[in-house]
This record gives sequence, C-alpha cells and structure tokens, in this order.
Amino acid sequence: MTFLQLDQLGKTFGDFRAVESLSLDVERGEFISLLGPSGCGKTTTLQMVAGFVEPTRGRIRLNGADITAMRPEKRGMGVVFQSYALFPHMTVADNIGFGLEMRGMRGAEKLKRIDETLELVRLPGLGKRYPKELSGGQRQRVAIARALAVRPEVLLLDEPMSNLDAKLREDMHVELRGIQRHLGITTILVTHDQVEAMTMSDRIAVMHGGRIVQLATPYEAYERPESAFASSFLGKTNVLKGVVEARNMRCCEVRVGDSLLHVPHQEKPLAREVNVYVRPEKVKLAPASAANGIPATIRTRLFLGNHWLVEVDSALGPMRVSHPNIGAVPPAEGEAVALHWLDDDLRLLDTEAANG
Amino acid sequence: MAEAASGPRAGSAPWFLSAPALLLFLGLLVIPLALTAVLSFHSFDGTRGVLPDFTARNYLEVFSDPYYYEIFLRTAGLALAVTLLSVLFGVPETIILSRMKAPWRGIFLIVILGPLLVSVVVRTLGWAILMGNNGLINAGLRALGLTDEPVRLLFTMTGVVIALTHVLMPFMVISVWASLQKLDPQVENAGLSFGAAPFTVFRRVILPQILPGILSGGIIVFALAASAFATPAILGGRRLKVVATAAYDEFLSTLNWPLGASIAILLLVANVIVIAGFNRWLERRYAQVFEG
Repeated sequence: MTFLQLDQLGKTFGDFRAVESLSLDVERGEFISLLGPSGCGKTTTLQMVAGFVEPTRGRIRLNGADITAMRPEKRGMGVVFQSYALFPHMTVADNIGFGLEMRGMRGAEKLKRIDETLELVRLPGLGKRYPKELSGGQRQRVAIARALAVRPEVLLLDEPMSNLDAKLREDMHVELRGIQRHLGITTILVTHDQVEAMTMSDRIAVMHGGRIVQLATPYEAYERPESAFASSFLGKTNVLKGVVEARNMRCCEVRVGDSLLHVPHQEKPLAREVNVYVRPEKVKLAPASAANGIPATIRTRLFLGNHWLVEVDSALGPMRVSHPNIGAVPPAEGEAVALHWLDDDLRLLDTEAANG
Repeated sequence: MAEAASGPRAGSAPWFLSAPALLLFLGLLVIPLALTAVLSFHSFDGTRGVLPDFTARNYLEVFSDPYYYEIFLRTAGLALAVTLLSVLFGVPETIILSRMKAPWRGIFLIVILGPLLVSVVVRTLGWAILMGNNGLINAGLRALGLTDEPVRLLFTMTGVVIALTHVLMPFMVISVWASLQKLDPQVENAGLSFGAAPFTVFRRVILPQILPGILSGGIIVFALAASAFATPAILGGRRLKVVATAAYDEFLSTLNWPLGASIAILLLVANVIVIAGFNRWLERRYAQVFEG
C-alpha cells in the first residue's frame, strides 16, 4: 500500500522549473533516495514534502490524506538538515527534547526518551554538552537523534552526510540504515552521492532536470540504466559510439570502429546511432595472444588498493578498466593486451542526439 | 632558523605598525582626558579663575547637590528609555528587513542606515521643525481632529527620547542584523518541523540566538544616549539639562571649568561602570553557547 504519494508535483521559481510533474509512490517503511546532481530538483522535492516550500502544482498524500496545503509544523515529519540546524543555545538533551515538548511530552517520560534516543545513535552521556562542543560526526548523530526522538511517520534526510569525512560517512551509512530498518521509518534521502544512495536505499529515484529519469532498486539502476544520464551518474562507465548493423532474435550487432559488438537484445531500429556502455569492472585484461579479444595498449595504471584503475587505448577508442587486486598485477604501461567481456554486460542506449 | 632570523624584526614591527594609531589615541584621547581629570581636582574662584591646587571640592559639590542628582537621574532615564525603545522597534524592524526580497532589502537597509550619513545636529533640527507647536506633527494631529491643543514635544523629555531613539536606531539595527546573519537559515525550518508554531519558534529558537546581538546593540545605544549632547541640547532646551549639557554649561556659561570637568569625568566613570558590568555579565551568560 502506498504510504506517501507524490502526485505530479511541480515547483516553479519565477521562470525556473525546479521540479516538473514528479510522481513517486513510497511504501510504508521504505527507504527511497532522490539521487542527482545539484540543481536537479531533489532538495526542492524534499522541502515540498516537509512543507517548507509550497508546490506550484500537484498533490502530496500521506496515508491517504491530502497534506499538500498543511503547515510544516502540523505534518509530524522528522527532518535532518544538511547543516544539521541544531539549536546552538540548547544542550544536546534540550535539542532532542524540543520536538518531544512540542508534542506535549514532559518530565520523566521525556528524559527517558532522550536517553533512549542518545543510546540509539551511540552518544550516551553527551546530553549535557552544547552542539559546539561536539565533533562533526557527533553533531550529525544529534541531528538524527533529534529527528528520530519524536518517532516521526516519515524521516526526511537532506544530504545529511555531506559534511562528514569519507571514513565516517561509510560507517554512518551502515548505521543509519540499521536504525531505519530497526524502527521501520519511511525515509526519503536526498543525496548526490551514488555510493550513499546505493548503500542505504530500497529504491533509488535518479533525478535529472526536475524529473525522475529512473526509479529502481540500486542493483537494477546500476546494472540496467535507462538513460545515458543514469548510466554515467551511477558509477563509472565506458561509452562506445556505434551504429546498429544487424538484429536477430537474441541480440543486436553494433559496429564500433572496425569491430562488431553483440549486445543483448533491445528494440533498436537498424542504422540507428547508439551508445554501447560497458562498466570498467566488467572488462577483463587478457594476454594479447588470446583469441577474440579487442586489441589494446596499456596507457596508465593506477593502484587504488582494492583494485587497479587501468586506462587503455583500444581498437574501440580509449577505455577504462577496473582490474581487481587478485593474483598478478596487471601488465605494465605500453604493453599490448586483449580486452574481454561478456556480451550480457553490454548495454545499449540511444545517443542523446537520437533522443532529441 | 626562520624564526630566529625574523625574531628581532617581529618584535618591533607591530609597534611601528600601530604607532600612528597609538599616537592619535594618545594625542587626541588620552592626554585631553588626563588633563580633564587633573582639571577636575583644581578649584575655581569667581574672580581669580582656575586655581592650580588639588581638592575634591568639585566632586563633593556634585554629590551633595540635589540639582545634579536630578540631572544624572534624568540622563540615566533618558538612556534607558532610548535603549528600550530602540530594542522594541529596532529588533522587529531588523527581522522584517532580513526577510525582505532582493532589491527591497538593500533599499530599506540604506533607508535605515542612511541617517548615519547626516550630521546629528541637522537631523535634530529636522525633528525640531517637525515637533514645534505649529510643526508637521501637530498640524497633522489637528487636521485629523485628534487634538485641539498642540501636543508639547519640543523642550520635553518625550521629544528628546523620540529624536534620540531615531538617531541611535541604526546602531541597534546593525548589531541585530549581524547576529541574524550568523543564524543558520535552516534552524527556523527545523523548529517548525518539530511541530512548534511560528511564534514558538521565534521565542525559543530565533530570539535566544539573536539576544547577544540585541544586548550588545543595547550597550552601544545606552552609551551613546547617556553621553548624547546635540539632541538634548537642541530639543531639550536650557531647562531640560542632561549630564553632557550640564558639563557644557559649566565650561561655557559659568566658566567653572573644574566643575564642568568633574561632571564630565563622573559621566565617563558611570558609563564605564554600567557598560563594563553589563558586558561582563553578558559574556559570562553566553560564553557557553557562542564563543568560538
């Protein structure tokens, strides 16, 4: 059953269309990420759900009730802001207690809930501190605790990790996801970080130019991007320009340079200019003598710990290969190799031009 | 190594750099102030003028004469009233200003701060014209039928308070403006999202954060109001004396320089005590939240 429904939501600022006819159905307890670059309308969408921004058109429904015109203080949503927006003049406990007081919770019950929530975000005993006495990571936990303490029906997260360093961010991804599952809170996360979106979400809504261009599970969105934008925004990819030459029941034959690639079937007309996508980690490096490979020369190789990033000049043009750090090191710069991949790992999309 | 090489230079450079400002302060503030302090301990004779002796008679005279009590009390009352009014009007004014959209915000900021560009004397004379018995304010009140008798504003405390509040308002606005700019624009939304009504958000989230700005604006306004000269002199006239005008009169009318000097010194001391005490309290009260 749909719990939170955005129905053809739109927002225009003057001449600028921040969000265009956006529809999204969120299930109860689901974790959805709005993923996109800055200016794609993701934060505006979140602010409309929170009630801080009034939609130009469309409706928002929560549990069947229309809340489009409801004031933000009546919506009962928990919000974690990018800046955390902690109240600097209040202690951590008072920050967390603020929302509880507004809901009429006082005395021992309130203190108990504050302690519980601090426990939940693993900050026990810090209630008496002021926000400025905390580290960035601790502040972020307080912001999350403050939003969770009121047991909101919907939790809205506006780029909550963008001020944390990489290591801390990874830890928080796992932790926040755990808390969200544990409490079963319906959550919408706004982020431009694809790793963050993939780690935490049940579904990802990839946004571009005020629209959702793809709504899918993280695996689906990564493996079967439906647009050039989604493909390049979620992870790295190699783009090969080609033309459809032949089709049969199983696959398209696409000519790229002098080579013919077999791409799993997608309805593309003949002679159509297309882009073939292949992820760097799907490409294998083989000795140049191996049969059926695409010949290539190693241009650079960078060691990144868990894998090598190898750039090659191939018969299809420059490509990137992600070579796992297993067994032997990849061939040195200047050496000839052959590139291999499974045809099933190739993806075919119209060029932007063909899309109009 | 680098430290050793730059050591002696680093020692003298700050002195050289601050020398012009130091000399300026020394010549134009410290020395005259010291001379005034010394002068306040000399005695004065109607026929022989200032006598180069050392006595506390001037201070005893001020402390023992109810005439001066009244002047000091009036000055304190004036400063307090002006401070309260500038908080009452300046704070909402600044908040409204900070919520205005792009072109209007700049325009109204200039409107509010613009008076600082005009001499206090000119502004006060403007108020005098408005407040006269046949001035614009009374003419307007009569035209509206609100009063038959002219409301007396000129040469009254009311008039002085109104004009001085206007003169000093920009200092309150600047101070509150600065503290509003430091506010995270999201905290208001955060307050709302927790179910607090807009007024509750203002009272519990916004106000406590701009309070230091309001209080330091209050210190500035109080200090300037307590030592204001031009506005009370022009709008208050000769009868409604405040400390600054009383000192002026001692110097220029009765020519009793030592007495004038001791009044000036007492004003300075009173001002310093009030401001330093308040500032100290302020810092201790808000250090926890706002330092660093």
